Amino acid sequence: MEYAIEIEELSKKFGDFTAVSDINLNIEKGEIFGLLGPNGAGKTTTIKILATLLKPTSGFAEVWHHNIIKEQDAVRRSIGIVFQDPSIDTELTGRENLDFHARMYGLNKEEREKRINDVLDLVELNDRANVFVKFYSGGMQRRLEIARGLMHYPKVLFLDEPTLGLDAQTRRHVWEYIKRLNKEEMVTVVLTTHYMEEADYLCDRVGIIDHGKIIALDKPNNLKNAVGEDIISLQVSDGGKFSDILTKFGFIKGMKLHDDFLFLSVENGEKMIPRVMHLAHEEGFFVHSVSLRKPTLEDVFLTFTGRTIREQEASVKEQIRMKAKASMRMGGKR
Amino acid sequence: MKLIDFTAIYTIWLREMKRFFRARSRLIGSLAMPLFFLVFLGMGFNAAFKFSALPPGIDYIAFLAPGIIGMVLLFNSIASGLSVIWDRQFGFLKEIMVTPVSRVSIVLGKTVGGMTTAILQGFLILLIAVGIGFKITGVLGFLSSVICMILIATSFVCLGLVFASIINDMQGFHLIVNLFTFPIFILSSALFPLERLPLWLKYLSYINPLTYGVDGLRYSLIGVAHFSLTLDLIVLVCFCTLMICLSTYFFRSVAVD
Repeated sequence: MEYAIEIEELSKKFGDFTAVSDINLNIEKGEIFGLLGPNGAGKTTTIKILATLLKPTSGFAEVWHHNIIKEQDAVRRSIGIVFQDPSIDTELTGRENLDFHARMYGLNKEEREKRINDVLDLVELNDRANVFVKFYSGGMQRRLEIARGLMHYPKVLFLDEPTLGLDAQTRRHVWEYIKRLNKEEMVTVVLTTHYMEEADYLCDRVGIIDHGKIIALDKPNNLKNAVGEDIISLQVSDGGKFSDILTKFGFIKGMKLHDDFLFLSVENGEKMIPRVMHLAHEEGFFVHSVSLRKPTLEDVFLTFTGRTIREQEASVKEQIRMKAKASMRMGGKR
Repeated sequence: MKLIDFTAIYTIWLREMKRFFRARSRLIGSLAMPLFFLVFLGMGFNAAFKFSALPPGIDYIAFLAPGIIGMVLLFNSIASGLSVIWDRQFGFLKEIMVTPVSRVSIVLGKTVGGMTTAILQGFLILLIAVGIGFKITGVLGFLSSVICMILIATSFVCLGLVFASIINDMQGFHLIVNLFTFPIFILSSALFPLERLPLWLKYLSYINPLTYGVDGLRYSLIGVAHFSLTLDLIVLVCFCTLMICLSTYFFRSVAVD
C-alpha cells in the first residue's frame, strides 16, 4: 500500500512549548482522514507543517511522496488547503478569487475557465459566482474556499475545521460536499475537527490527538466499540423479575437495575432490542419505554484522556494559543 | 520553483489593480491632501513671498509641482505596504504564501502593483498641475520624469514592504510610516530650494534619497535643478536596488499565522 502522507517522529516546538510531539502516522490514498482533538491539541500545527507553512523542529514527513522540507514546491502543487480562518479576498468576486488561485498555479486560460465552472458546480455556487464575496454568507464563503482548494487538481486536500462557526444545516451541506469531492475528484481528504459527529460521520479513519500526541487511531466504529458496549435502557413492570430471566441469556454482558429502569450492556444494541422486546412479551412483562445509547467518540476521548473535549477546550485553548503566538513572534523572526 | 514567475507577478499585479480601481473614494481621499498643498500652499506662498533662492523665471507653483508629485509618490508607495498587512489581517496572505510561487515573485508582484498605483496618482497630480497652468519642458522631459517616478515609487514601495514584514498591526504601521515619511518629505526640497539652507540642514537633505527623486523630477519637468540628472539617476538606481534586495530579504521571514 502506498500512502498519501507518511509522517515519522514529527515534532514542533515553540520555545518551551511542544505543540506536536513525535507523531507517527500514515494516511492512505483516497481516504477521508480526521484529526480529532480539542483546540490547541496540535491539529492546525500539524496541518501547517504538512502544507509547508511551518518547519518541523524534528522528524520528517512526505506528502504524495514529496519531502515537506526539501521539495516544498512539489508538495505545494500536490495539496489544496482550506484554512480555519477565512482567507478569501472579499473585495473580489467569487470567480475572481478562483481565477487568482488558478493563475498562481499556472493553469492556462481554457483550463481555468473549465475548472472554475466545474468546482463552482460542485459546491453549487454558480449563480453567485460574479457577486463580490463580501456579500456572501459564512457558509457560502466556506464553500468557495473548498472550491478554491480543489482548483489545481490537488491529490490531497487539507480542511482545517471546515465547519467551524457554521449552523447545523450548513454544516450538513458542507459534509455532503466533502463526501462528494472525495468520491468524484478522487482526492484524499485530511480534516481537523473538534466536533465528534463530524469525525464520526465523515471520516474513514480518525486519529485522536491531545497535547500534540496521537492517542488513538482507527475507524470510528472500532474506536467506539473498543471503549464500551451499547446500553439499552428499559422501563419495565417488575424489572427485578425480568432481570432474573435475562441473566440466562449470553448476549447480555451486564445488567443494572435502578428503580424500574433496567440497563443492559450489549453488543450491537439495535439488533438486541427486538430480542429483548420479544422476550418481555413472551414472559408477560410490560415495557413502558426503551432507548439505546451507543458510545460516541466523546466517550473514546474520555476513556483515553480522562477528560471530555469540551472541558479541555475552555481551559487550555487560550493559554496554548497565546504561548504559541508569543514564541512564534520571538523565535520565528529569523 | 521559478525564482521569477511572470504569470504570478502579473496575477498579483492584476489583483492590486482591481482593488485600486474599485476603491474610488480612497483614491479621492489620498489625492485631496497633495492637491491642497499644490493649490493653496502654492498660490498662498506665491502671492505672499518672493523666494529669492528660486531660479530666475520660475514661480513658486512651478517649483512646487514636481515636489508635490514626489510627495504623492512617497506617501502612496509606502502606504502600499499596508496591503500586505491588510492581507495578513484578512487571511489572504496565507492563500498567497501556500501557492508554489517563490517569495521573490510575490514581492515583485506586490512591488509592481504598488508602483503602478502610486504612479497613476502621480500622473493625476501632474495632469491637475498642468490644468492650473504648469508647463512641462517637453516630451523628452516628460519621459525622463516617468523614469524618475518609477524609481521613486519602486524604492518606497519596497521600503513599505520592509515595514510591513516587520510590523504586524495596522496602528504600528501607521505610526512608523508617519515617523519616516514626514521628515523624508519635508527634507526633500519638495517645498523649498536647497540653495540657501543652513549647512546642517543641507547635509540632512543630501542623505535623503527623495531629494534626488524630487530633483530629478524638477529637472525633467521644468529644466532647473540643484544636481545634475545623471547624479539623480545614479543615486535613485542605487537606492532602488538596495530597497528591492531589503524587501525580498525581509519578506522571506514573514510568518503566516
